[in-house]
Amino acid sequence: MTTTQSTSPGPRTVQGADLPEDDPFLPRPAYVSEIRGETPGITTYRIEFADPDRAACYAYEPGQFNMLWMPGIGEVPISIASAPDEGPGILHTIRATGRVTNAMTSLKPKSPIGLRGPYGRGWPLKQAEGRDVLVVSGGLGLAPLRPVVLALLANRERYGKVILMHGARTPKDLLYDYEYESWSARGIETLITVDRGDAAWRGRVGVVPVLFNRVTIDPKRTLMMTCGPEVLMRFAVAEAIAREIPAGSIYYSLERNMHCAIGLCGHCQLGPDFVCKDGPVFDHSQTARFFSREHF
Amino acid sequence: MNSSAAIAPVGETVVIEKPVLGSIIDRLWRDGYTVVGPTLAESAIVIDQVRAIDDLPIGWTDDQEAGTYRLRRRDDRAYFGYAVGPHSWKQFLFPPKTTLYSIEFRADSMTVKPNVDPVPSYAFLGVRSCDLHAIEIQDRVFLHGPYVDRQYQARREKALIVAVHCAVAASTCFCESTGTGPRAVRGFDLALTELESEFLVEIATPRGAAICDGIKSRPAAGSDLGAAARIVDKTRNSMKRSLNLNGLPDILYQNLEHPRWDQVAERCLSCTNCTMVCPTCFCHALEDVPSLDGASSEKIRQWDSCFNPDHAHMAGGNNRPDIRSRYRQWLTHKLASWVDQYGVSGCVGCGRCVTWCPVGIDITEEAAAIRGDQP
Ligand SMILES: Cc1cc2nc3c(=O)[nH]c(=O)nc-3n(C[C@H](O)[C@H](O)[C@H](O)COP(=O)(O)OP(=O)(O)OC[C@H]3O[C@@H](n4cnc5c(N)ncnc54)[C@H](O)[C@@H]3O)c2cc1C
Ligand code: SF4
Ligand code: SF4
Ligand code: FES
Repeated sequence: MTTTQSTSPGPRTVQGADLPEDDPFLPRPAYVSEIRGETPGITTYRIEFADPDRAACYAYEPGQFNMLWMPGIGEVPISIASAPDEGPGILHTIRATGRVTNAMTSLKPKSPIGLRGPYGRGWPLKQAEGRDVLVVSGGLGLAPLRPVVLALLANRERYGKVILMHGARTPKDLLYDYEYESWSARGIETLITVDRGDAAWRGRVGVVPVLFNRVTIDPKRTLMMTCGPEVLMRFAVAEAIAREIPAGSIYYSLERNMHCAIGLCGHCQLGPDFVCKDGPVFDHSQTARFFSREHF
Repeated sequence: MNSSAAIAPVGETVVIEKPVLGSIIDRLWRDGYTVVGPTLAESAIVIDQVRAIDDLPIGWTDDQEAGTYRLRRRDDRAYFGYAVGPHSWKQFLFPPKTTLYSIEFRADSMTVKPNVDPVPSYAFLGVRSCDLHAIEIQDRVFLHGPYVDRQYQARREKALIVAVHCAVAASTCFCESTGTGPRAVRGFDLALTELESEFLVEIATPRGAAICDGIKSRPAAGSDLGAAARIVDKTRNSMKRSLNLNGLPDILYQNLEHPRWDQVAERCLSCTNCTMVCPTCFCHALEDVPSLDGASSEKIRQWDSCFNPDHAHMAGGNNRPDIRSRYRQWLTHKLASWVDQYGVSGCVGCGRCVTWCPVGIDITEEAAAIRGDQP
């Protein structure tokens, strides 16, 4: 193969402010401005754009995610864990689990990082208005649901009964546990459970789906949003269906391998859907055929 | 060159002596195009640069069957007397490996440099109907979604297409049944039918007309058009394989646990050949390649395949850990979910995956087996 003409201006150096607006693959220069250790292996990073104009026009919805680029290592999809009024920047809560996320543990305040997004379809906060809301999460699954909790609190009067059921392996693994008290004080029934307690633990022990027996649910009024390990979501969906919540009122956020996040690379397919652009949040009436089908 | 005076208008059909195709090739090069088309390589007809008319595999044909491909001499000097080979035009519009951008980084800053390498203007010579449909499908993938792939767009907009209506089908071709051939109906600048000693040339666009401007030709007569139609009809009627697309998406979705998936998994090597030769498959991986000094990194885009174990890798475990699930992804994507995603089937009936499968797995047979007795 040959290239025929060489009238190009040659590589152009840009600092982020003047990157071509329309090339969806390009990460934007950003930096870490704050780091908070959460639970073992999980850290929250505050990330801010280097270019203030970009920061000013960046808008997102709960449930959307960003692609974070770790210099020289790679890019990973990470949910947005903060509410828009928690700026500056965006909070991302990340578990170190592989090549890219392990490298992220070396990030320090001011470390550069690339960011592109936001991507995907978020949680159905509009559809939830006027209804009871059931939020069910396990482990790190609370990260993409935290902005939902904060949005429900910010407009508490727009919703009926709001229940959060959350579980983790041990008390040490309870994400954002410093916030639960304030959430429940401001009108969210917060039920927490752990698989295994420890000497100091006074709370519930058991898996999340068991918590369904602790609450009364009006299936016609209730909208459920769930995120966590796939087994947890499978059980949560089964409990919801057993209580006659219609499939169209059951929402979950799915995870698939992702490279591009813009519907081009093919990695995140789940039957007819691309999880990156048609999800990651789906309602069960849309996806029931493929949801937790083995090896699909 | 300027022997016949009038500028050939769009919509006109003319007849040229076969060697005049050489003048068209010269003209394309002179106008700045890189002409690529079928050429003879050691053991197959592949797409490469065509500098002159003799670079075409004149007088050759291919014998294709599930799992086999053989070149053979024809007893005439046909220019396009063969079907599609292992290459397709996707390697020019969506190259197997490209750099998307590079990033320089220091302890406290980073600079993003988009790849602004000039994009070649290709002239594709000898594009068959199935492959025109495949290009149209990749246009839907890369140009018509919520995000536009700028590199694909730049290459696509520049490409000039000279189609050829098929005069022979391989035994692996089934475009008649998928409604994607053998006659090219749209998506070309010029279309050729190879007659005995001449080419019938349909001029479809101003760009095509410009290339034919001043070329030695005569207007097509009714008898030329009749001869051309008969050639394509003969090809149509000679097809041995077929794929029944009717209702197929639902049939596949309803049979995701069919025993046939286990049977095909015992033969399939998960080698990825079918996805590499398929002109519609678009999966790609994005990878970072850091420089040796660790101060910069290039983002490489490379063809990927759902047969690669990493395709569905997740930190918590692989979503498609076995060959059964990978073959099921390939077939259900091509023939079912593709329709949901892009409004058309992902298979254009070119037969490449059948020929180039090392164990001869045949997509038409697999789909028919799952369809079973359903009409
Ligand atoms: C929509 C979405 C939101 C997510 N939100 C969060 C979050 O808020 N916090 C968090 O810690 N994790 C989140 N994840 C999971 C996170 O993306 C993976 O843990 C991460 O990609 C693992 O990359 P790695 O290189 O460290 O691991 P490796 O196992 O070395 O993975 C190699 C590559 O495979 C791909 N990959 C691996 N696992 C996943 C996965 N689970 N999902 C998608 N691609 C994967 C990536 O391209 C990754 O670079 C999310 C995933 C998705 C799809
Ligand atoms: S699936 Fe096979 S026959 Fe269909 S377009 Fe792809 S390579 Fe050609
Ligand atoms: S998922 Fe498989 S069949 Fe579908 S485009 Fe990608 S490689 Fe081709
Ligand atoms: S991540 Fe590339 S298509 Fe969804």
